[in-house]
Amino acid sequence: MEHIRTPKVENVRLVDRVSPKKAALGTLYLTATHVIFVENSPDARKETWILHSQISTIEKQATTATGCPLLIRCKNFQIIQLIIPQERDCHDVYISLIRLARPVKYEELYCFSFNPMLDKEEREQGWVLIDLSEEYTRMGLPNHYWQLSDVNRDYRVCDSYPTELYVPKSATAHIIVGSSKFRSRRRFPVLSYYYKDNHASICRSSQPLSGFSARCLEDEQMLQAIRKANPGSDFVYVVDTRPKLNAMANRAAGKGYENEDNYSNIKFQFIGIENIHVMRNSLQKMLEVCELKSPSMSDFLWGLENSGWLRHIKAIMDAGIFIAKAVSEEGASVLVHCSDGWDRTAQVCSVASLLLDPHYRTLKGFMVLIEKDWISFGHKFNHRYGNLDGDPKEISPVIDQFIECVWQLMEQFPCAFEFNERFLIHIQHHIYSCQFGNFLCNSQKERRELKIQERTYSLWAHLWKNRADYLNPLFRADHSQTQGTLHLPTTPCNFMYKFWSGMYNRFEKGMQPRQSVTDYLMAVKEETKQLEEELEALEERLEKIQKVQLNCTKVKSKQSEPSKHSGFSTSDNSIANTPQDYSGNMKPFPSRSPSQGDEDSALILTQDNLKSSDPDLSANSDQESGVEDLSCRSPSGGEHAPSEDSGKDRDSDEAVLLTA
Amino acid sequence: MEFAELIKTPRVDNVVLHRPFYPAVEGTLCLTGHHLILSSRQDNTEELWLLHSNIDAIDKRFVGSLGTIIIKCKDFRIIQLDIPGMEECLNIASSIEALSTLDSITLMYPFFYRPMFEVIEDGWHSFLPEQEFELYSSATSEWRLSYVNKEFAVCPSYPPIVTVPKSIDDEALRKVATFRHGGRFPVLSYYHKRNGMVIMRSGQPLTGTNGRRCKEDEKLINATLRAGKRGYIIDTRSLNVAQQTRAKGGGFEQEAHYPQWRRIHKSIERYHILQESLIKLVEACNDQTHNMDRWLSKLEASNWLTHIKEILTTACLAAQCIDREGASILIHGTEGTDSTLQVTSLAQIILEPRSRTIRGFEALIEREWLQAGHPFQQRCAQSAYCNTKQKWEAPVFLLFLDCVWQILRQFPCSFEFNENFLIMLFEHAYASQFGTFLGNNESERCKLKLQQKTMSLWSWVNQPSELSKFTNPLFEANNLVIWPSVAPQSLPLWEGIFLRWNRSSKYLDEAYEEMVNIIEYNKELQAKVNILRRQLAELETEDGMQESP
Repeated sequence: MEHIRTPKVENVRLVDRVSPKKAALGTLYLTATHVIFVENSPDARKETWILHSQISTIEKQATTATGCPLLIRCKNFQIIQLIIPQERDCHDVYISLIRLARPVKYEELYCFSFNPMLDKEEREQGWVLIDLSEEYTRMGLPNHYWQLSDVNRDYRVCDSYPTELYVPKSATAHIIVGSSKFRSRRRFPVLSYYYKDNHASICRSSQPLSGFSARCLEDEQMLQAIRKANPGSDFVYVVDTRPKLNAMANRAAGKGYENEDNYSNIKFQFIGIENIHVMRNSLQKMLEVCELKSPSMSDFLWGLENSGWLRHIKAIMDAGIFIAKAVSEEGASVLVHCSDGWDRTAQVCSVASLLLDPHYRTLKGFMVLIEKDWISFGHKFNHRYGNLDGDPKEISPVIDQFIECVWQLMEQFPCAFEFNERFLIHIQHHIYSCQFGNFLCNSQKERRELKIQERTYSLWAHLWKNRADYLNPLFRADHSQTQGTLHLPTTPCNFMYKFWSGMYNRFEKGMQPRQSVTDYLMAVKEETKQLEEELEALEERLEKIQKVQLNCTKVKSKQSEPSKHSGFSTSDNSIANTPQDYSGNMKPFPSRSPSQGDEDSALILTQDNLKSSDPDLSANSDQESGVEDLSCRSPSGGEHAPSEDSGKDRDSDEAVLLTA
Repeated sequence: MEFAELIKTPRVDNVVLHRPFYPAVEGTLCLTGHHLILSSRQDNTEELWLLHSNIDAIDKRFVGSLGTIIIKCKDFRIIQLDIPGMEECLNIASSIEALSTLDSITLMYPFFYRPMFEVIEDGWHSFLPEQEFELYSSATSEWRLSYVNKEFAVCPSYPPIVTVPKSIDDEALRKVATFRHGGRFPVLSYYHKRNGMVIMRSGQPLTGTNGRRCKEDEKLINATLRAGKRGYIIDTRSLNVAQQTRAKGGGFEQEAHYPQWRRIHKSIERYHILQESLIKLVEACNDQTHNMDRWLSKLEASNWLTHIKEILTTACLAAQCIDREGASILIHGTEGTDSTLQVTSLAQIILEPRSRTIRGFEALIEREWLQAGHPFQQRCAQSAYCNTKQKWEAPVFLLFLDCVWQILRQFPCSFEFNENFLIMLFEHAYASQFGTFLGNNESERCKLKLQQKTMSLWSWVNQPSELSKFTNPLFEANNLVIWPSVAPQSLPLWEGIFLRWNRSSKYLDEAYEEMVNIIEYNKELQAKVNILRRQLAELETEDGMQESP
């Protein structure tokens, strides 16, 4: 609290990003965890909540006649522009937020104060919902070839690995420890995924400390052991996910990659995924494109290409496809590493697993996958997503890219996933929100030391409780797309990778399809379920009546007409019914398009002659845009803050802002 | 002319056919007057049945005596035929070339096609102007049907019957016609029942360099305005382009002479620029070698999506004038047969729920494209693989369909038809067994006696069995105006048409099927429940009667 210089500023305007002329007047509050903007308008009193941990950058812009603008960019891609009347207030808010957005202690994070009103037992149950040992059992482990090793008990060998690790049976503690000494940060090769059907496996590690000529017998034995654990193949793929040049440069620092001559029966392969710095810059560039005000089609496509973002997504996908093919088609085991083996390696292993195993395409399976390949194997959530103030060069959208890969797959295999787009968006949101403890810290060791499970709640339990919101109506457990491996075309189809506007422009409601097929189908399925029940009840009753021709029990027909279809899409139509800005430069219609030169100003409608019709316009839009409809969609029960928790609620808030 | 003269080799054995997504098949190739047929002899089924008129271009190659013909279709598909024997190959190639570029319309397949289905409703009479007019006439008495163009004498590209302001007589219309490009005097395109505002369309005014004016024209346009109201003229050309046309006798409305009207210039591209855009786009889609960045840069360089954005934006602007500003509009470009029709028809999709139904959309195409004189014959003569640089070929109609798809994508529950309906219309506009898209205007269609000699596309489409393929299972009548987003993020490439032959749609088709099943099952249950409820109610009343003393 000591960081809040001013808890409340009045007469602040929240600028509508789509039509900047429209701004909502209200009061700005700073709390220990949120920035809250409450609109003055008495009927709606709409609230916009921003978690401090979501704040990415705060920009104080040049003061104008109307006040001092403050631009807040969020890690979930929301952009908030406030205009604060007094420069001093603005400065106070700015200074406060700078500090609040960069906590220095874990205890400052929201998850330590967040209280969803669950008792201790419920909280504990939440944490055991996703159980990795169960997952290894599901894979068929331990078995004749793989065993659980306790070599990392108390994190003795590698402090960024979990304590429970599966290694080949023939890998003795001596081999493991020897190999760990030859690997960056002692991240020795361990099992990530075991493919029951043919004994092939995906293993992961960090780069070997090979330098220009160093070798390590134990490390060579370790790879040998991995190969032997797969009787079906006489070689192991070693996939270095870095561009060759980067890997070679590492040799000068005593690191590097495996020399095929030293390891028997390996096939070495580079897959050029760029490093975290390139990815960070790429996202930055793409977000700049998303932020452009009324860009032309060329601005957008050129900017998107220039950002390189989709090329990077494709590189990650390609690596995942390569590994999935090696495992399922060639029956070969694969060892994956990058430099430290916690970024690109996590991406690639999880994409490959997702392609190979339908279990990971279910709601629970996907949670397990993130728990396994990301959380347990020491993906540095704190550093990558800047939960605590730290080195900005450590920040990179590594898991964002993985989440996008999943979305790209969902677009190509619409029936293959049990969950929908909203599920991915909410996971992304919570990786940054720090509302739940799952993604805190950089390793399991740190989390245990902090006693995360005793002091915070698990996101997985929260998502599971609300799973109805996250289901894909097209998913059916017996559908062909939900069986076995997903096969992507082998020919390079670049056009398969598309810009994900549902993620990166998700707060620009007007840009999204105005009617959700997913929600519509879910509503139909819900009704179907009711109909099935009613049908059963009716049949029963009918039978009874027919049996007992003259009965004394007067059957009262339940006249509950199931909701008609027309109800399914109405809430969407309300947004549908508000025109957007078609005149190009964010002025109220009509004004010139950017393509028009200055030469014909006489022909352009002046603002003045439009004034007269403006009230009319807004009257129409109020009456028809169904603002009421939207605002009565109350935030999900239990949570007091609409923005902190469910993107859907927050979105509906936003939609109201757009239509108002 | 006999087709036989053009077919030197009607039949070749051991031809191998390569197509996207199918394994190569060997079979017998047959050429008929209108079709190229390949049948694998094993089970006597046709593997390929291709209209010559669907062929856009062919390439031939020889390796020894094995010839290869690569056929590029107007629907963007590319197929390859390996033909043993150089002479056979050359003969086949020259026959295909000749048969796919027949000069005379009356030799086209629609004149030979005999339908295998029973015609329930003759599509030629499905959308009569009188019927369309009746839809308005209940709401307004300010408009009338004019038969001034009965003999196509006033405007060769207009239909015989048009809707004009009631206060303007035919004599005035004749005068206005001389002042408008191609005789295309302003006519009613759309009447917005909610507020009585209208969309009119016309050709450009022939003001020329010395600012000619026409009192009747001014009177006609003003007759559509209510007292004290102003209207907008949307010129689909940039001011610059509009000014240039004055040198050739064209021009635009001077505000001095049309003081109640405000002019807005937009710039929708025309002709070869659009055609080149399509060629570049399809080239990019077919190129499988480029990496991710090259793909986006080629997509960008094609400018296709830029055209989509511009057209949609203009249509939205027009709709906004009508619905939000409460102002009538007149839309024209130069001829008033291309960009004008894109805008008037898309504005109606936005404004008018009926045009989002199957019948309504067919009526829209009939009214705003066919009868309005969009020169289909010229525009759709060649497609993305054309190498002749004819000035009049342009994917104007395809751009319109793409824009409709964009709106459909944003409002997936507001259209009665699905994407397949749009794809089907695209295919038939370029090559068809039906006469609907033949000719450039009603006058030509009359002379060709299409109604007597060919079958209408609508006769076929509107059969229940066909309609079911084109019906959107998600459709819920939405009576509101729908405002699409025109942000670049909201306007993706129409994969269903441009990547149709480059990527398998298996998984997407499965998803569509799943969707249909979910909804069908729901309807089935609904029906069952209703029956049981009724039965139960009947039984209960019987019981009640028996019980009551």
